[in-house]
Amino acid sequence: MNLFLRTLQHRTPLGWLQLRHDRGRLLVALAGIAFADVLMFMQLGFQNALYDSNTRLSRSLQADLVLVSPQMRNMQFLSTFSRRRLYQALDIPGVQSASALYSNLITWKNPQTRQEKQLQAIGFDPNQPAFNLPEVNQSLDALKLPDRVLFDRTTRGQYEKAIAAFDRGNPVAAEIERRTINIAGLFTLGSSFAADGTLMTSDQTFLRLFPRRESGSTSLGLIKLQPGADSQQVAAALRSHLPNDVKVLTHFELVKVEEDFWKSQSPIGFIFGMGTTMAFFVGVVIVYQVLSTDVNAHIKEYATFKAMGYNNGYLLSVVFEQAVILAVLGFIPGVGLPLVLYQLASKATSLPIFMTLARVAFVLGLTLVMCMMSGAIATRKLQSADPADMF
Amino acid sequence: MNLATLTEKPQSVKTIPVIEIQNLDHYFGYGSLRKQVLFDISLDINAGEIIIMTGPSGSGKTTLLTLAGGLRSAQSGRLNILGQDLRGATAAQLTQARRRHGYIFQAHNLHNSLTAIQNVRMGLELHSELSVKEMLERSQVMLEEVGLGDRLHYYPDDLSGGQKQRVAIARALVSTPKIVLADEPTAALDKKSGRDVVELMQKLAKEQGCTILMVTHDNRILDIADRIVYMEDGRLADSAKATLTH
Repeated sequence: MNLFLRTLQHRTPLGWLQLRHDRGRLLVALAGIAFADVLMFMQLGFQNALYDSNTRLSRSLQADLVLVSPQMRNMQFLSTFSRRRLYQALDIPGVQSASALYSNLITWKNPQTRQEKQLQAIGFDPNQPAFNLPEVNQSLDALKLPDRVLFDRTTRGQYEKAIAAFDRGNPVAAEIERRTINIAGLFTLGSSFAADGTLMTSDQTFLRLFPRRESGSTSLGLIKLQPGADSQQVAAALRSHLPNDVKVLTHFELVKVEEDFWKSQSPIGFIFGMGTTMAFFVGVVIVYQVLSTDVNAHIKEYATFKAMGYNNGYLLSVVFEQAVILAVLGFIPGVGLPLVLYQLASKATSLPIFMTLARVAFVLGLTLVMCMMSGAIATRKLQSADPADMF
Repeated sequence: MNLATLTEKPQSVKTIPVIEIQNLDHYFGYGSLRKQVLFDISLDINAGEIIIMTGPSGSGKTTLLTLAGGLRSAQSGRLNILGQDLRGATAAQLTQARRRHGYIFQAHNLHNSLTAIQNVRMGLELHSELSVKEMLERSQVMLEEVGLGDRLHYYPDDLSGGQKQRVAIARALVSTPKIVLADEPTAALDKKSGRDVVELMQKLAKEQGCTILMVTHDNRILDIADRIVYMEDGRLADSAKATLTH
């Protein structure tokens, strides 16, 4: 390592000097790399936002264990199981409480535009908090009145006026299945692919909104454990105690199941993975063009260096030096611009798009690989730098 | 064979040739396209000599120069440069051999992204025992010697043809090589700059005690040579005949 540093100091930074000499070409190269980086960041940002937004609901559940139907695919498609299983679960030592959660997609009329929109309605017993959402838990008492709902203020769509009216203290009413319901509070969760937003209500109101739904068929069971109980142990006991028409998951496993569903069953991963790959190869082509043009432009000088006694390895190192410099310099605007674009996209789509350090590191790695690949292809041109044929 | 001891010898014993060529043949191409370009060349050049090689285009002068310079590998005969036999040398051996002499081309071949002093420094970087400071000092001294002390940080694009060729000479000589090979160094220059350039080469070579093998068509500079060899159709004529023809 020390020797490497000394060699680096000893050596004229030829690659850098060469790049710097032709400012126009350098700028084009950096713009190309930044473009590829921005594309990759956007694709990965959207991909992650979609996974995040679709698991937000399951992540905010307040439960140690959950019961779901074996048919369950995701939080929007929970299917149902018998409420009897919840009572049976109370037999197991360590279980403190088990409560039912009802969920269904619902069409409501936007109170502002009067247009029909699809939301996810969730009903639960307002005597017990079901979510780790302070705004929801503060409004639990309001839900005890009939036909009251809590509304997600970050729902996708035109709701600014309705939200503003509510914030001013005016009553806001909406229509669901020809029933008038009142907004009793607001909370923040965010929209997902599957639903524009979420409505929270009491189990009683929920069952009134879905008259054909029986109170005995629950979508999800929330199990809270006594302090000190081991969730894995209790989960194992539940699994052996309950018939297999119900699945026992820890909270973490539920989030995992949901994320895996979106990763494997939705085209999200494929679409954005392909987008990222394409951006990567666009970058490879751009950097290759720049590097091979540069090699061609200096082929005589390279041949001269060979005649002076520099070996092929030296010329390779010059090309790779350029590749690394381009990767690092191009990455700077390539990471800066997405920060702005993430904000814009997040406002426009209500999706949780934000930069993570892991993604910065990942894309930086991809950029380096991208430039190294281009460099490796460009070095093939070096073989024509033969001083004996050139002079 | 210990190369180091052999390379030291020519310094102490002046009469031992630094370039020793015997019965050298050379072919280009393969198979039915194979064509002989050098025929039975024998030539000894002693330390400190300035040899000018002249002759018509296509006579094989440059091929002989590139063989002596280790730019190509000799195929048959004997080619001994500074005590090292270059016949059938590997690419790595040739690269090593090239580090021991300076090469001056017809075009200056300076790197246009490097300033004059950076270009000269490239001639020293292969000799890693020097620190960066020493390299820069020696490069500067060398450029001052070729009369470009006030142009150290100029890019080649901002120098005249003669100045560029002088930078190229500084680059070739800065590592004090035992042999300097020059391929028509004055071809791209006017009469005065051409004359200045070869006189400079002659002066520096005498100071450093190095041997010069120069290929040229330029009759105006023949007088600086200690010996002139004439080449035609891949064969060497003796020097007496060479002087007759000019």
